Amino acid sequence: MEQAPATIQGLSYRFGPNQPPALAELTAVIRAGAVTGLVGPDGAGKTTLIRLLAGLLLPGSGAISIFGLDTRSETTRLHRIIGYMPQKFGLYEDLSVMQNLRLYADLQGVTGSVRQQVFARLLAFTGLEPFQSRLAGRLSGGMKQKLGLACALIRKPRLLLLDEPSVGVDPVSRRELWRMVQELVNGEMAVIWSTAYLDEAEQCDEVLLLSEGRLIFAGPPRELTKRVSGRCFQIRNIAGNRRRVLANAVQRPEVQDGIVQGENVRIVLRAGAGRPELATLAAGAEARLVPVAPRFEDAFVDILGGGPGGTSVLAAAMTQVADAGPITVEAQGLTKRFGDFTAARDISFAIRRGEIFGLLGPNGAGKSTTFKMMCGLLRPTAGTGRVVGLDLQKAPGQARSRLGYMAQKFSLYGDLSARQNLEFFSGVYGLSGARQKETVTRMIDIFNLGPHLQVAARELPLGFKQRLALSCAVMHEPAVLFLDEPTSGVDPLTRREFWTHINGLVERGVTVLVTTHFMDEAEYCDRIALIYRGRLIATGSPDELKGSTANAQLPDPTLEDAFIELLRQWDNRNREEAA
Amino acid sequence: MNGRLRRLKALIRKEFVQVVRDPSSLLIAFVLPMILLFLFGYGVSLDAKRIRIGVALQDSGEEAAALAAAFLASPYFEARISRDARMLEADLLAGRSRGLVVIASDFSRRLHQAGPAPVQIIADGSETNTANYVQNYAQGVLSTWASLQRLKQGTAGQAGPRLVPRIWFNPELESRDSLVPGAIAIIMAIIGTLLTAMVVSREWERGTMEALMATPVGIAEVIIGKLIPYFLLGMIAMLGSVAIAVFLFQVPFRGSLAALLLTSVAFLLAALGQGLLISTAAKNQFVAAQIAMVTGFLPAFLLSGFIFEIASMPLPIRGLTHIIPARYLVTNLQTLFLVGDVWPLLLPNILILLGLAVVLFFVTARKTSKRLR
Repeated sequence: MEQAPATIQGLSYRFGPNQPPALAELTAVIRAGAVTGLVGPDGAGKTTLIRLLAGLLLPGSGAISIFGLDTRSETTRLHRIIGYMPQKFGLYEDLSVMQNLRLYADLQGVTGSVRQQVFARLLAFTGLEPFQSRLAGRLSGGMKQKLGLACALIRKPRLLLLDEPSVGVDPVSRRELWRMVQELVNGEMAVIWSTAYLDEAEQCDEVLLLSEGRLIFAGPPRELTKRVSGRCFQIRNIAGNRRRVLANAVQRPEVQDGIVQGENVRIVLRAGAGRPELATLAAGAEARLVPVAPRFEDAFVDILGGGPGGTSVLAAAMTQVADAGPITVEAQGLTKRFGDFTAARDISFAIRRGEIFGLLGPNGAGKSTTFKMMCGLLRPTAGTGRVVGLDLQKAPGQARSRLGYMAQKFSLYGDLSARQNLEFFSGVYGLSGARQKETVTRMIDIFNLGPHLQVAARELPLGFKQRLALSCAVMHEPAVLFLDEPTSGVDPLTRREFWTHINGLVERGVTVLVTTHFMDEAEYCDRIALIYRGRLIATGSPDELKGSTANAQLPDPTLEDAFIELLRQWDNRNREEAA
Repeated sequence: MNGRLRRLKALIRKEFVQVVRDPSSLLIAFVLPMILLFLFGYGVSLDAKRIRIGVALQDSGEEAAALAAAFLASPYFEARISRDARMLEADLLAGRSRGLVVIASDFSRRLHQAGPAPVQIIADGSETNTANYVQNYAQGVLSTWASLQRLKQGTAGQAGPRLVPRIWFNPELESRDSLVPGAIAIIMAIIGTLLTAMVVSREWERGTMEALMATPVGIAEVIIGKLIPYFLLGMIAMLGSVAIAVFLFQVPFRGSLAALLLTSVAFLLAALGQGLLISTAAKNQFVAAQIAMVTGFLPAFLLSGFIFEIASMPLPIRGLTHIIPARYLVTNLQTLFLVGDVWPLLLPNILILLGLAVVLFFVTARKTSKRLR
């Protein structure tokens, strides 16, 4: 009988004798010629499982066999048949693309005449051919990911392990990676793909869903999606405020989960529950409840017990932003040149008070550059940025005191305790004495940080880390909140809780500028600016952008479809102009 | 085996490319050694020349004037002569001078009466080394003056036994000649321990170690792949430093190249072993650099006998110096530069270094495995 790519038998693993199990009693079989998605909330044990499969960790109890090889005792032979791409891609940044390939070819024993063929095939496959001599550290996120994949594929492994290959990578690159992996699977390879993107999981042949180290679902994703069929609806034609409708909806006992989708609100009902009365949601007389096709994400949140629900206690405690004027954030002809490279060219937009404005774009398009100029972290070559009417160049201190900033990866001090972080950031924002003490206490109450106050921020569970980072950014009650990929690598449940707070803050008149690669996060935005090749190429609400790209083949495009289509159209236009 | 050799070669090639491309490695491997060498070659000097002192000349006699003149003429002092002792005292107090010689008003009278004619020497004890120099050099000036006096009076030869000092190996007591060999030891400790610990922990930090471990590479190959490049780098730094010492600073080199190479190889193995051991414990560069500083660089500086005499350390510290590889290297290098091939001294030190290296590698090998924890 043909041996399975991976057989996991009663696998348990602990990081220490007194630690809770990272993986408990896991039994599963991985199929050949298929992509198996590994999904679950953060800390569910996805990375641990991949490392165990790669033989980099030894099972605490139970066993894993890869094509009949025991990971405990046959590590050397195992490493000849697997390809592994760790989270940071495992590339040597000081080495060029070609040097990285050569190194891994030597290590994998790919020599002789085969070698040049393999290189040529992989370079063509990944589209890295023109960049052979570029240093890996100078590649964009998407290109690094492809090179990482190429290095893992050098010997044509029988089992390919990918650990969150698409974190922080733009939708265009994600789609290309997906297409490449599909080609591999057609060639009989088995692929295990761990991901935080549930739309990726939806396309997998099989998924393993982990939660707190336990396997709670294994099988084709549509099997899981089935459990919510008939329970997914969109509230359309909302007359009032869709964020308030969402807040009302998730408080209803019938509603299991809810998110904003452009102008509409998507809800998932609890099993066996009837439809909620639209009148109770303040959605307006015209509002309709339309059944929609279930998605994997709906089922994922459902099986994990539903969304966080509720309203934002943070927003409730904030005072209304009053003194800010109708336009709170304004960019006028922002341009940034680095040497002869123009990272951002003549970018202008204006954001109204209480609006959520998204900056989207592929890696390296100039999104972060624009964002940094708007926070006053980068001096524009030309143009001005204004926050609450204050010029970021002329009054940077004053302007910054009115904005809150939450960076990627939560820029907390990992070695300081939660309380020390709160005290430090409140001090930085100029709070002192009784007011500081009062604010810190309020944040602790709001976010239930009490039990974690003495814990080093680094050790906090992810959800709490995010709460702490958010509270540090809003303690001084800013009029404007800047969020730089705030939920990158965070699971849907934590992301929902985060957006509950953001929606609540916006209700209080706070203006939000956010960059993201998550399309469902972009759906929360009132307006989106698409940045590509240093230029602002499109602005509009999510629904407007979707509508602008709808055509006969794709009458109802997703936001990601729209995003990719807009980039393609722009490229075509400019190619014609050039020609 | 063919595969093993090919993998090793690939790892070594990669390491060299990284050293050349990574500014921080270049800095530690080449720039830092140069700075240290020039600092010890030109900047730091433990010799005290032209120490500022005051000479309070309160006697107007001929002999007293001659004595004051002798202080003025001494190459070791920059003497300021004054009748006013209080002004000179103020200089000493303010740190403008390091010592004060008082020739009292009854000096000539006492001398003529053939009785003892005391000259007071006050030294600034806040800098003990300089105070010692002031005391010794002043005594030297005084005895030179005394023998000149006896010569004039035709009473030479009547005095009893006379001390005739000779200093071997470094007759002019040039501190540079013993500091530069010590500096080379520090440089090799930095490359061997600090750089090695940092480059391995960098692989952990950037996630490349994880990717390496999922390939057919054996853990021994990973370790040897780190050892060889940094061993070569250390040897290059050593030879370069010795060349600079000999040709630029004119430090004599009296030993043989073979003995130098043998000593360096033994030391580098121990230092690399230490660096690798640190990297098994520290998985990020910051921690690795800290541990390497505290256990490698600082002891090499403070406990190797390079600057501070081991014999004058308290017993427990003296015991501790025995496990500091740099101690043996400093002794051997100073011997090779200033004395020559003294095998009875060199050989035991080389053997101890090799012993330390074996222990360190053994512990490292026990602690490393091709697993993540």
